[in-house]
Amino acid sequence: MSTSEILFWSLSVLALFGAIMVVISKNPVHSVLWLIVVFFAISGHYLLLNAQFLAIVNIIVYAGAIMVLFLFVIMLMNLNKETEPQKNVWMKISGVVSGGLLLCVFISSVISAFDINGKTALTGGGDIGLIQNLGKVLFNVYAVPFEISSVLFLSAMVGAVVIGKKD
Amino acid sequence: MPIQYYIILAACLFCIGVAGVLTRRNAIIVFMCIELMLNAVNLLLVAFSKMHYAAAVAKDAGTAAGTDAQLFVFFIMVVAAAEVSVGLAIIVMMYRNIHSVDINFLNRLKN
Repeated sequence: MSTSEILFWSLSVLALFGAIMVVISKNPVHSVLWLIVVFFAISGHYLLLNAQFLAIVNIIVYAGAIMVLFLFVIMLMNLNKETEPQKNVWMKISGVVSGGLLLCVFISSVISAFDINGKTALTGGGDIGLIQNLGKVLFNVYAVPFEISSVLFLSAMVGAVVIGKKD
Repeated sequence: MPIQYYIILAACLFCIGVAGVLTRRNAIIVFMCIELMLNAVNLLLVAFSKMHYAAAVAKDAGTAAGTDAQLFVFFIMVVAAAEVSVGLAIIVMMYRNIHSVDINFLNRLKN
């Protein structure tokens, strides 16, 4: 078993365990912390695929900014106690069963797809995930969507202020 | 790594997110499960990007195939950040009005 395989399996187990703990944790603060664990595991996967720019952006944007925003909101509302009213147990079972059925559909379609037989994702090599290549393509080919996304950020900022303002 | 492993890992993460959205009632946790689904899709896009790169680099050593997918991931992260700011503002406003983040109270449009 090579090093990249060991890393792949350990990061996958960490990501899946963290995702399950996000769903089943009673305390919302614990859910946020487990979600940060999942994001770090996914960043490890990006590093394994040599997508270094995305790994760093994933940690900075998701684990650094978005999750801190979630923690702020949870502590602002004083939700860090187990106040959630319990749903009907049959609703929970049916939710889990429908999620599992969706997973069965995905896995059966992946197994029966013959286009991807023998294809591998290159781990460790290739320089398309480095910031030099991505920056060149982003500011040459995708310059207009980049500017549009800045307008999107401005409108989201104005919208968040307008919604959150005390009327 | 075979691409099937990445597809199945991303499908598992996505379905855990779907099950979380269906079973939890706390609006913030529902929102976090949506973020989990977005990240599963991002992981799959990066894996496919490296798959296309591995297929293209066998023919042409200096190819840049697969760069587009990684930029799509970047744009998905941008949109997710904007979405989270607006969504959390909506949740704060909902908490201020009904003093709860239970999504089962949000059925006033039903009648």
